[in-house]
Amino acid sequence: MKIGEYIRESQIWKSIFRHPAPYDRRNRVVVMLTNFFLHLHPVSIQKQGIALSYTWCMGGITFFLFLVETVTGVLLMFYYRPTLEHAFNDILALRDVTTLGIMREIHRWGAHAMVITVWLHMYRVFLTGSYKPPREFNWVVGVLLLVLTLLLSFTGYLLPWDQLAIWAITVGSNMARATPFLGHEGPGAQILNIGGFDLITNGSDARFILLGGRFVGEATLNRFYILHCVFIPLVVATLIAIHFWRVRKDGGISQPL
Amino acid sequence: MHGQDLTSEVIFGLGWLYLLLAVMNGIWTYRAYMAGPARHDHESGEKGHEGEHWEDGPSLAYTTVWSIISMGYFLVAVAHFSGTSDPEAFLIRMPEFVKSAVDRLADPALYFAGSIIAFVLVVVLRRYLINPTTAWVLLNISVVFMALSMTDYDFRQIVGKPDNVPIVSMLFIVGYFTWLYFRRAVDNDDRIAAGKSLYEQEDNDKVLVWPDLVYTELICMVALTALLVVWGIVLQAPLEEPASAVKTPNPSKAPWYFLGLQEMLVYYDPWMAGVVLPSIILVGLMALPYIDFNKRGNGYYSFNERKFAVLTFMFGFLPLWIGLIILGTFLRGPNWNFFGIYEPWDPHKLEVLNNVNLSEMFWEKMGRTPPVAPSGSGAGTQFLYIMLREWLGLVLVLAYLVILPPLLAVTIFRKFFARMGFIRFFVLANLLLFMACLPIKMLLRWSFNLKYIVAIPEYFFNI
Repeated sequence: MKIGEYIRESQIWKSIFRHPAPYDRRNRVVVMLTNFFLHLHPVSIQKQGIALSYTWCMGGITFFLFLVETVTGVLLMFYYRPTLEHAFNDILALRDVTTLGIMREIHRWGAHAMVITVWLHMYRVFLTGSYKPPREFNWVVGVLLLVLTLLLSFTGYLLPWDQLAIWAITVGSNMARATPFLGHEGPGAQILNIGGFDLITNGSDARFILLGGRFVGEATLNRFYILHCVFIPLVVATLIAIHFWRVRKDGGISQPL
Repeated sequence: MHGQDLTSEVIFGLGWLYLLLAVMNGIWTYRAYMAGPARHDHESGEKGHEGEHWEDGPSLAYTTVWSIISMGYFLVAVAHFSGTSDPEAFLIRMPEFVKSAVDRLADPALYFAGSIIAFVLVVVLRRYLINPTTAWVLLNISVVFMALSMTDYDFRQIVGKPDNVPIVSMLFIVGYFTWLYFRRAVDNDDRIAAGKSLYEQEDNDKVLVWPDLVYTELICMVALTALLVVWGIVLQAPLEEPASAVKTPNPSKAPWYFLGLQEMLVYYDPWMAGVVLPSIILVGLMALPYIDFNKRGNGYYSFNERKFAVLTFMFGFLPLWIGLIILGTFLRGPNWNFFGIYEPWDPHKLEVLNNVNLSEMFWEKMGRTPPVAPSGSGAGTQFLYIMLREWLGLVLVLAYLVILPPLLAVTIFRKFFARMGFIRFFVLANLLLFMACLPIKMLLRWSFNLKYIVAIPEYFFNI
């Protein structure tokens, strides 16, 4: 087609894609090396390393769900205000009146799915023995990512500010007050006092730091919002980069070097 | 306030489910027919991986039986579509005697024992289970069980909660992948025993990532996006009443993925169930590659080559993690009481709590009252009296953590100890002991009504 040829021969197109379309072997190699998004992959790969019955695709799905959560989450942030006055009503409006309010549904179901797929990814990596040398460290990074996935979901659980949200977070965060030494109802906390003055009280223990108060309130909402939207995603993104980089450096997803 | 077991909408919805079953089994029949003796001559040239389990292709009887089953589902579906006018009189529903029998069996001890037995059976009978026909029959049975159960109001209330839908599907997905693992692992075990090359090593040439992987990823992304959009349209995300710090819901549940931990609260105090044990799970997972010294089984599915590792991990993941999440989600109701799947969540259900501490049992057996520090004594004296009161539990716990590992090292784990070295072995032993401490406490609770092995509420130190 003439017009397609014209576009592909133009200076603009060529400045973006520095090589012809990947129709032949040479250009299929080149595309992997010159495209920013594709350079994550190697140029060629062993067949078993990409067979679905072997990989279950769970790691890739988890990463894709992380991207879905990021995109839908950013869209939700344009609308949602994390204050006692607005939080619940904003979610209600997302459900009932807002155009594209379905972003909330996709965000929530995507989050549930991500928790499940990250477990299954770990299950597969274990069952194929892929954590064995030289990939021990990448397994550790993976465990951290799994925990952060749960924490992402946990912090997001509070944001709708309905009964389901605050009581689930209350139940979950009540554990923190029993932290040994650092919770005011934990074993050993009594030892930490200076001259009869307790260092660990319900106004200074692990739970207080987590909630920003003695109970789940507005400070908690703000704290969880920042954790959910900024802090944990940044840590996760960094760890994902390391995780993927190590997959490449350790010689693919499994098998000894 | 008890709702109707059957409504026209439910019957109509179930009709679609049975139609899906009819189609699924129709496809199954068709595949069997295509691989069967009738077609075998034409296709003997390419014997796919799928068809291998039918030695010479399934018999005509096999195909006939499945086509009858498929037709049966179709008729049931038709009955559902045409039977919506008088829901109360509709006949296809879970029989009452089954419901009451299942509810009568509802008990945490039975549930946990059942899940362990199921786990052991899966491992022992893996050679039978990996047969696709067996798996297909099991899938059919579980879907029909679900469908029949949906005719019960209380079952629907709990399973149909939007947040619980992913957990139900997780059950099927985890089951499928466990099946897939065993299928591949048994295949490889046989290959290794016969000295043949592994499945993963056959046909393992290098291919270009564009197009082989890039297109798989693209298709996967499109399919997932479609799935999420459809899921979002069909099922609305839950939104309850606005938050209120004074109205405590009963039960108050943590998010579903933490319900296994919440279930542990029945047996341990928060500092153990909520802090120590979860931390140990994480440390244990991270330590796993450093304590598994077995070099085999890297990069392929196998069971015989790494039985201990696989069984330990699966025990932790299936009955302990997934199993307790299911228990916490579907079977724990108001006041964290245990309810059968067809039982209404009655907030007034009473459960007799007569759990006793080990120290109380001990001093009662001795015919004495537990030692109490004289009033007005200093912190040191009080501490000594508490230690004296709880000495038996403290000794037992210390023995469990300090004496048992070396004992294991010279007995059943002698070979492990020799190969792993001191530090690796003691990390492994302690992780195993911590993993076992939940089932052990469960057993003690169920058999002796034991509350705490060590009970020092003075220091918030109860085990």
